Amino acid sequence: MAIFVNADTKVIVQGLTGGQGKYHGLRNQAYGTQIVGGVTPGKGGTDVEGIPVFNTVAEAVAATGADASFIAVPPKAAGAAILEAAAAGIRFVVCITEGIPAQDEAKVYNTLVRDYPDTRLLGPNCPGIISPGKCNIGITAGEIAELPTASGPNVGIVSRSGTLTYQALYELKQRGIGVSTCVGIGGDPVPGTNFIDCLREFQADPETHAIIMIGEIGGSAEEEAAEFIKANVTKPMSAYIAGVTAPEGKKMGHAGAITSGGKGTAKGKMEALAAAGVKVGQNPTEAGDLMAEIVAALKG
Amino acid sequence: MDLFEYQGKQYFARFDIPVSPGDVAYTVDEAVAAAEAAGYPVVVKAQVQVGGRGKAGGIKLADTADEVRFHAGNILGMDIKGHLVKRVWVEHASDIEKEYYASYSLDRAAKKHLLMLSAQGGVEIEAVAESDPDAIVMLHIDPVDGISLEVARDAAVRAKIDAEAVDGVADMLVKLYRCFTEGDCDLAEINPLILRPDGGVHALDAKVSLDNNASFRHPEWEEFRATEELDEREQLARTHDLQYIGLDGTVGIIANGAGLAMSTLDVVNQVGGRAANFLDIGGGANADVMAAALGVINFDENVKSIFINIFGGITRGEEVAKGIVEALSRVELRAPIVIRLDGTNAEQGREILAAAGIPESKLISKPTMLEAARAAVAIANGSN
Repeated sequence: MAIFVNADTKVIVQGLTGGQGKYHGLRNQAYGTQIVGGVTPGKGGTDVEGIPVFNTVAEAVAATGADASFIAVPPKAAGAAILEAAAAGIRFVVCITEGIPAQDEAKVYNTLVRDYPDTRLLGPNCPGIISPGKCNIGITAGEIAELPTASGPNVGIVSRSGTLTYQALYELKQRGIGVSTCVGIGGDPVPGTNFIDCLREFQADPETHAIIMIGEIGGSAEEEAAEFIKANVTKPMSAYIAGVTAPEGKKMGHAGAITSGGKGTAKGKMEALAAAGVKVGQNPTEAGDLMAEIVAALKG
Repeated sequence: MDLFEYQGKQYFARFDIPVSPGDVAYTVDEAVAAAEAAGYPVVVKAQVQVGGRGKAGGIKLADTADEVRFHAGNILGMDIKGHLVKRVWVEHASDIEKEYYASYSLDRAAKKHLLMLSAQGGVEIEAVAESDPDAIVMLHIDPVDGISLEVARDAAVRAKIDAEAVDGVADMLVKLYRCFTEGDCDLAEINPLILRPDGGVHALDAKVSLDNNASFRHPEWEEFRATEELDEREQLARTHDLQYIGLDGTVGIIANGAGLAMSTLDVVNQVGGRAANFLDIGGGANADVMAAALGVINFDENVKSIFINIFGGITRGEEVAKGIVEALSRVELRAPIVIRLDGTNAEQGREILAAAGIPESKLISKPTMLEAARAAVAIANGSN
């Protein structure tokens, strides 16, 4: 088991003929992910190192039976690419594109909710998702993810930040702790998948025994997650929130990482999570240490 | 990107939102000319991106050219909460019957647009929210549907906008929504939105924040960018396309990824230091990017140590190391580097750094983020 994607997931890459799409698509394939096709308008009939390219997502789905898509196209084209995938029946869309206007994101998200409720969007502006040993969609270096063990305990990871996602994977690998699935939900103001969506899946996944959550300043997603955890999550958790020292009113690299009027601060988020029973680390390593303690107790 | 009031009003005008006739002035003579064109009496308003301008003496009424000359002379060059007044906005003074409040923003939790409307304008909306929350109508708008005139009218009635102003306010709300969406704003706020004795309504102030991600479809934003208040370090960083935010500490920070960069600031703080900046060099940290980043950090006279925190995911450790060695050969640094290199091919990277024979007075390598932070802070604090 794993959440959202597994060894059976068939993936097409929208933008496979572009620099990013080709590089990461081939890396994902080398990891063992079933990359069954690519989509680039006007380049249908060609191939990228043996992977067939189609003009539209609908053609790609018809020919390959793909059920997931990896979108690596520029910000201008990303919104339309997401909706095209949804319209073609893709159920899981990963969009790594950074720099999509917030107005476009809000429109795309609400269009998905209304017209394509069966399609889940991960991102935009996210590193993607990896179920170690089964499927890797996005830009995560697969080798830093520890394989889950049959007996467990295995940890699920959900994170708003790319590099801190890798950091979390690495902290667990160094301690020899297996990972069921690692989800990067991305740093934009309107993420298609949020913490709660992932926590719900991890709670239900028999292969996941504990959860690490990595948040950052801005918005209230961590506070909402804390409420959800209190009511619904029985698996032990550790967490880290980046941006304790971030100045107010500045976007800290990510479009969504901004505090204003005393709202969205790291302190408030840490307190909310601690109150929900989550062990909160002051830095990523401490969150890793706390998870090691949790895993040791689970084994005990 | 936050706009000045005058830019916000000019932006509003593009979407047919009525504003007072006026002009921006950089000198006393320009202020007088703007006043003559707008018609007396006029208001002379300091253009700074900080609240409390009026209390600080930055907003003055003038009936004659001499009064404009006097007030503009005082206000230009004034320091308002650390913001230097470089320009004033001079507009025809409006007769005010009533002051309302209207804004659109994105409600991130609901993932919908949020209209806030109140008959209590002219004061900080946060204060109204505190004292009389029922006085604010909060309406979620589905970005796919937008807002219709009927819905806007209904909101105005519910907000207890005076009957004679309801149609004007509703019309304004539809136009402001267009400005917010088509204009790619993070925030579009009118406070106060006024009702005049003649029954007309218009925007007496403008607070507009633009979404930088949308700049590719707004070439007209170039003029706004030119007046952005950046310090010299931030200007230099912008010329290199670096994600940089200037802070006032002594530890220069370079990290790959926004989350890791934020986390680096936190860890430096945790071990008793203060960061001089936030700097995210992103995924592909090659020698050019690293050299540019080190150049920007080096420009900051307060920097006493430089903490490079790299976690190799896609970025490979040996490439980062090569970049640093090459960068060091191009830039003479004012402070020593403490580097933490981890993740993909980190071992190779550390070997490259060791083989380059850089003396310990210039480069110290530490295995973890925490140890590197301690070393960088010790240097920064020790040399104070």
